[in-house]
Amino acid sequence: MSVLVDDDTRVIVQGITGGEGNFHAEQMIEYGTNVVAGAVPGKGGQEVHGVPVYDTVEGAAREEDADASVIFVPPAFAGDAVFEALDAPIDLAVAITEGIPTQDMARVNKRLQEVDTRLIGPNCPGIITPGEAKLGILPGNIFSSGNVGLVSRSGTLTYQVVDNLTDRGLGQTTAIGIGGDPIIGTDFVDALELFEADEDTEAVVMCGEIGGEDEEQAAKYIAEYMDTPVAGFIAGRTAPPGKRMGHAGAIVSGSGTGTAESKINALNDAGVPVGDTPEEVADAVEDLL
Amino acid sequence: MKLHEYQAKGVFADAGIPTPASELADSVDGVLAAAGEIGYPVAVKAQVQVGGRGKAGGIKLVESDEEAREAAESILGMDLKGIHVDQVLVEEAVDFVNELYVGVTMDRGEGKPVAMVSTRGGVNIEEVAEEDPDAIVREHVDPAFGMHPYQARKAVYEAGVDRAVANDVASVLRTLYQLWDDKDGADAEINPLMVTSDDEVIAADAVMNIDEDALFRQPEIAEMEDESASGDELEEKADEYGFDYVRLDGNVGIIGNGAGLVMTTLDLVDYYGGAPANFLDVGGGAKAERIANALDMVFSDDNVDSVVFNIFGGITRGDEVARGINEALEQFDEIPKPVVVRLAGTNWEEGLEILNEDLVTVEQTLEDAVQRAVDYAEVEA
Repeated sequence: MSVLVDDDTRVIVQGITGGEGNFHAEQMIEYGTNVVAGAVPGKGGQEVHGVPVYDTVEGAAREEDADASVIFVPPAFAGDAVFEALDAPIDLAVAITEGIPTQDMARVNKRLQEVDTRLIGPNCPGIITPGEAKLGILPGNIFSSGNVGLVSRSGTLTYQVVDNLTDRGLGQTTAIGIGGDPIIGTDFVDALELFEADEDTEAVVMCGEIGGEDEEQAAKYIAEYMDTPVAGFIAGRTAPPGKRMGHAGAIVSGSGTGTAESKINALNDAGVPVGDTPEEVADAVEDLL
Repeated sequence: MKLHEYQAKGVFADAGIPTPASELADSVDGVLAAAGEIGYPVAVKAQVQVGGRGKAGGIKLVESDEEAREAAESILGMDLKGIHVDQVLVEEAVDFVNELYVGVTMDRGEGKPVAMVSTRGGVNIEEVAEEDPDAIVREHVDPAFGMHPYQARKAVYEAGVDRAVANDVASVLRTLYQLWDDKDGADAEINPLMVTSDDEVIAADAVMNIDEDALFRQPEIAEMEDESASGDELEEKADEYGFDYVRLDGNVGIIGNGAGLVMTTLDLVDYYGGAPANFLDVGGGAKAERIANALDMVFSDDNVDSVVFNIFGGITRGDEVARGINEALEQFDEIPKPVVVRLAGTNWEEGLEILNEDLVTVEQTLEDAVQRAVDYAEVEA
């Protein structure tokens, strides 16, 4: 029914005593996520939303037998918080924080190659298996359970596309927001591999945007390895070259790669229909199923 | 954040990278005084953050007071690609026999830093990268260990740098990497790194871009920020408000949350036959005041004929957004431009209850909202 998370996933919330951590821990619990602990340095022994707080992620993981962690830690400390999750160790770390310095992420990226933890994000909305668990800030009410996998570089675009899918009865197995930063943990190819291996996922939606070459690489992977059909959407067709459009990643270098056009062409060449609007993406998924 | 050439040179010089003697000046007399001190010939270089300054007439080589005066008069006060020149760097003209390129940046595909060397310096390096990628030697660096001395030497030998200066160039490259690392650089470049007939290497230009997300731990760099560097009043205002904002040339103002959704809104405006006036991302979790500031931004753009507000709440809450829209619009006796609002996601129902519908047009779907805004803009235009 899902990839990476389900109702058995035992979740730690790093930063549960902060504003965002507190609010979204409550939302996650209300959604039915099995939140078993919080981790905040110096706040060990407290309780938030009925969940015990530990000083360290390691302590929380050990005492509560947790296997995943969601990170709501301010950017200056978030790199360290991700390292702490990787070293706890934890199977799955989801970093919501936006604005982590890129050099901190380069060091995290190096560490990721040495451990078994999977990282999602940073600067992402998280991951949700509708009806079972959500790890992050996604608005649970727009999702519904079904057979479409979704992977996206943009949070709010994820919501938009899911809304269009749910609206016409196309539920989701799992939706993964991989984040828009230049250096991220799980990328499109990683997520597509997971959906390809999942028996319940019968079609996948991939939402990309200008900047980088991740979509082009995903297109190659789809052409070569995927039997599950994929539909796509690329944001930023009207973005002028050389301008940074919000996300650090969303910049077109003007050198021919990384543009919406090159991404759309690469996906089309791999047999992936790309919608001009989110509505058309939902149309494409209907056709694929 | 981009440093001016003179600022980057200061940072490089402090770290031990050789730079030409230079002085900053903001008047003709200042230029003459600086030139007298440094000794002719000198280069007079506009301190604005645009590429191709030389071609645009922003850099002049002068050999006498008379020429210096002429250069100062023509460059100070000129508009260089839309940016007003207030300052020039007066710099010792280096007599060189060779021009090299060295640079450090983040290779996002590899997720690690990369140092670069080329013997094809002094020209547009992006063009070299495209035409002849092999002319640039790339050496990836493990961010946990930093750049080893051998890596700098290896890159320099591979690039075919003259043996007489290879060690010095390797040392410059390693210092540049260290600076990039210490100062949270996005890019650090020297183009050209000049080689003199005495086998000295000198950084004749200096580029340093700093990761904006890391400015909190680079207070000295943050202080160097030149608020007027973009030359666009609206973009400066956006900086003050802390928005991601890009001005475009259409007439449909766009405000949304999240870069991907805002870009999609731009694309849809185009798709329905309109033209986006701007990209404005209010970011995650925006409170009422921020929303009001966003509206102020977009209303400040004379080109805007209608505004579409597209919020899909996750971390952002619809009720906060609605309060911000009300606050911003209730100040006006007459709303300057028609505003279309689309609210979805977290607390959207509460938001619609709060929203003063006498002031805005509400649409339920993204498509309808964009179409409506495009229609309004056409009527206005």
